[in-house]
This record gives sequence, C-alpha cells and structure tokens, in this order.
Amino acid sequence: MNPSGIPFSLIWIQIRNANRLFWRTPIAAFFTLALPVIFLVLFSVIFGSEDLAGGYSFAQFFAPAMAVFSAVSSTFTNLAVKTAISRDQGILKRIRGTPLPPWIYMAGAIGSGVWIAVLSVVLMLVLGWAFFGFQMIWDNVGLAALVFVVGSATFSSLGLAVCAIVKNGDSAPAVANGFFLPMAFISGIFIPLDDAPRWLVVLGDIFPLKHFAGPFGDAFDPLHAGSVVGWENLAIMVAWLLIGVLIVTRFFHWEPHGAK
Amino acid sequence: MPSAITVDDLAKRYKDVVALDGVSFAVEEGEVLALLGPNGAGKTTAVEILEGYRRADEGRIQVLGYDPATGGRQFRDRIGIVLQETGLEPVLTVRESVDLYGASYTRRRPPEEVISLVGLEEKADARVKTLSGGQRRRLDLALGLVGDPDLIFLDEPTTGFDPAARRQSWKLVEGLTELGKTILLTTHYLDEAQHLADRIIVLNGGKVAAEGTPDTLGDARPVTTVHFNVSDPSDLPALESPPVVEGQDVTYRTTDPTALLYRLTGWATGRGVELSGLEVTRPSLEEVYLDIVGGAESGDRSA
Repeated sequence: MNPSGIPFSLIWIQIRNANRLFWRTPIAAFFTLALPVIFLVLFSVIFGSEDLAGGYSFAQFFAPAMAVFSAVSSTFTNLAVKTAISRDQGILKRIRGTPLPPWIYMAGAIGSGVWIAVLSVVLMLVLGWAFFGFQMIWDNVGLAALVFVVGSATFSSLGLAVCAIVKNGDSAPAVANGFFLPMAFISGIFIPLDDAPRWLVVLGDIFPLKHFAGPFGDAFDPLHAGSVVGWENLAIMVAWLLIGVLIVTRFFHWEPHGAK
Repeated sequence: MPSAITVDDLAKRYKDVVALDGVSFAVEEGEVLALLGPNGAGKTTAVEILEGYRRADEGRIQVLGYDPATGGRQFRDRIGIVLQETGLEPVLTVRESVDLYGASYTRRRPPEEVISLVGLEEKADARVKTLSGGQRRRLDLALGLVGDPDLIFLDEPTTGFDPAARRQSWKLVEGLTELGKTILLTTHYLDEAQHLADRIIVLNGGKVAAEGTPDTLGDARPVTTVHFNVSDPSDLPALESPPVVEGQDVTYRTTDPTALLYRLTGWATGRGVELSGLEVTRPSLEEVYLDIVGGAESGDRSA
C-alpha cells in the first residue's frame, strides 16, 4: 500500500484486464497490429525496388512510420472506442459504484494501450529489419523512446477526450478515425510532404501526429543531420496532451448517454 | 440500533421536473426495505442519490454514517450495488469478472464462495456472453456481494425472471438477511415486496405516499371483502352497507368483518339459506397499492 491507501497491485490488475480484453477482441487486434503490418508489407513490396538516396531501403523510412501509426492506433483509437463501448454497456457506471478509484481504471486502460503500442513498435521494426532491410540506429534509441513516451501519453489523453465528446460507442470509431487517418496523411506518415503545398504543411504542424512521427522517423534516418528531437515537437505534443486532459476533466461522463 | 440509512427532506429537480419533493425515511440495520412506486415516481433517483451516483438538491442524507456524495472510496467499500443497467464485459469469464471486481474491496469474499452462493459454479469458466439473462443477473448479484457489503442496493433484482428463477433469487436474498445485511430493494412486483421486505415505502409523484409493513400498508383498518353465492339474492339484509349483487354473486365490504359475519351467518342460519363458496378476503397488497398510487401506473417506462 502506498500512503493514499491504494495498492499498486490494483493498477496492475486493471492493466492486465484491459490487455486481456484487447486480445479477446479480434477486431481491435486486427486494426491495431495486423493493418499496419499489411501496410508495411504492401508498401515495402511496391516501393522496395526504388533507389533511395544513400542506398537505404524504403523500409528504413516506412517501418518507423508504421510503428508510429500502430502506436497511435493502440492508444488513441483503441482507447476512444473501447472506453465509449464500455460506457454504453454500463461497465463504467458499475465501476463508479465500486471502491475502485476512477483514475486507476483510466490508468489501467492507458497502461494497456501503451504496452500494446510498445509491442507494435517492436513488431514493425523487427519485421522491417528481418524482411525489408531496415537498419537499427542504436545511438538514437533513447531519443526515439522519449518521443514515444510523450507521443503515446498525448494520444492516450486525446483518445479519452474523443470518448468524452462522443455520444456513444457507435460514433467513437468514426470520430477517432476521422481525426486520425487524415492527420496521418498530412503528417507525412504514408507519403513524404516534400512537395506538398505550404498550407498543408502548416496544417500538419498544428496537429500532434507530425511531432510524433517526424522525430521518431528522424531517429532512424541515417541521412538526418542535426538534432533529432526539437523542443517544439515535445512542446506541441504536450500542449495537445493538456488539451486532452482539459476536455476529459470537463466533459467525461461515466454513464451511458441519455441517462439522467 | 443505529439506522443504516436516514433520509431527511430529500429534494431533487431535473430542470423543470420535480423528481423528489421532501422525501424522508430511515432504514434500520439488518432491515429489508422495499421501495415501490410507478415509473417516474422517483425510486431510481432516490436510490441513485443514496448510492452516490447523483447529488441531492436539498436534504440531509446519511448512509452507513457517510454522505454518499462525498463518501468516496471508504463508503463504496461497504456497499454493494446491483443495478439493472450496469454492464458486464462479454469476453470475460464469470470467475474473471468476480476476481476483477473483488480486487477493489478491502473485505472481499473468496470468488469461489460468491460464485457458488449465486449458483453459477457450473458456469464459472464460461464467458459472460454465453450466459442467459437470468445467469447474468445472478452474476450481477455476485459482483454486488463480492465486497462483503453491509448494505446492498437491489434494483429490480428479478425483472424478466421465470417463476422458478425468482423463487431461487428470493431464497438468496433471504440468506443475505440472515447474515444481518441491510437491503434496499426496488421492485415492480408486489409479491416480491411482500415476500422479501420487512417494510415497504410507496413513492408517488416524488413523495412518500404510504409506508408500512406488507400487512399494514394502507389503512389502519383495511376493508375486507366477504363474498358468497345464494340462489335467491332478492332478500339480503343491509348490514354495514348494502351488498353488491351480480346474478347470484354477493359481495359485502366492511372494516369490521367479525361483526358482519356474525350477523350474516345469523341471518342465513335463521332462514336456512346456504352461503355457498363463502370467502373472506383481506385486500391484497396489489389492491392497496393501486389505491395509493391511483391511476399513475399507466405512465411510461422512463423512471
């Protein structure tokens, strides 16, 4: 027991439970893990023969991008959809009637999302290395980990924020993916933004995903010169993290929509 | 004995709708109290305030010595809530669900014990989505009991059950009262209230409309019905009130059945009239209840 009388094992139990629910929900596992793998394989096969500068493989740039894609999927999208469905089912209401502190439930859901994000990042990089010529840059792993920690915290917060503003679990996937997929394109996850119009670049700069995918990719880019992570990357992600926290504290509700 | 629940002048409004208007009552430790009332009477609002889900606009509330709105973790550690609309994870097994929820309580009962208490041993390793409606309700009950609560809220615990399953659930609730648990029950079924409750409170229009034991609810001297058949009903005496006659069917209503029967049987034996199928019935709880709530029961399902 810690001084506030809450055994840390409760957090562990909640993380383990959220994990169990994830693996027993095939659709969540598919969109989070299988879909980025399919993208990685398809794009690497299609573009793998192109001659990139310095003789590096396509996967050198694309595997880290898919790692970020699956990390955001397992924190942001999963958390938004799963929590909204649990609310519809009255599971959140039940939890509110037990002595489990609400933040421990949230911590369990977030902890599980981050754990699955770790797995998916490792999976993408290992697959990229094993089959598509991705080369690890070990010197930058610490920086990549820092970007990952801030990025997955930010998208966990935003995932719960989406749950706070949607009415029910039916609209959660539409709203979450409605943000995530366009954001993925304007953040350079699928195609580089070198030739994109200026306004699109600026738009991408406003949202947090570019500040997650950009430095994370730079950490594994052998041609990248200068520092990998800019303070503005972290600052913009943290700003979005706080916006998410604000929305959650202001609007999150535990009972199904329509309840008094 | 101290009261488990005291409610004093409780009021709650939703915008223009008055849900509760000056409700006061108490529940003693170890007592089973049934809250009855038509839909929209304020039952759900009252119970959810006591459970800490909602805040009252006015009034003083104490549940197990706590204000439910601020009692937090310590308060919730000592209550068990069995609601209709709280869900279960469909992909967890019964045992996993009981384990998971039990972990949050300081005084939890062994999961095996709780599972066998509600009779779900054979389903312990089945996933929740494979359970029948009645089995899910029993799991709900198990989750309400796993923390070994002092006070249990049961919200329509047998709605949708077949008669055998209801009897079984009643046995279970009776078992809880033998352990000294306090129970606040809401129900639509009058026979359920009659069977389980020590005391009944009828809410109607946000106010306490009546309060009493299942036997004394309503008037202090309830109206008793005396019913029989005679071949020639033309010549009946006017006793306390004139009889209601339909064909050969005769009905008297009285608040003093002993005196009425004395005079009636005297009249009948004096004339050699056979009072066939003679029945003396006290009003059923249902009649009393309908009398109290008037026509309000025809309201909609939203409560």
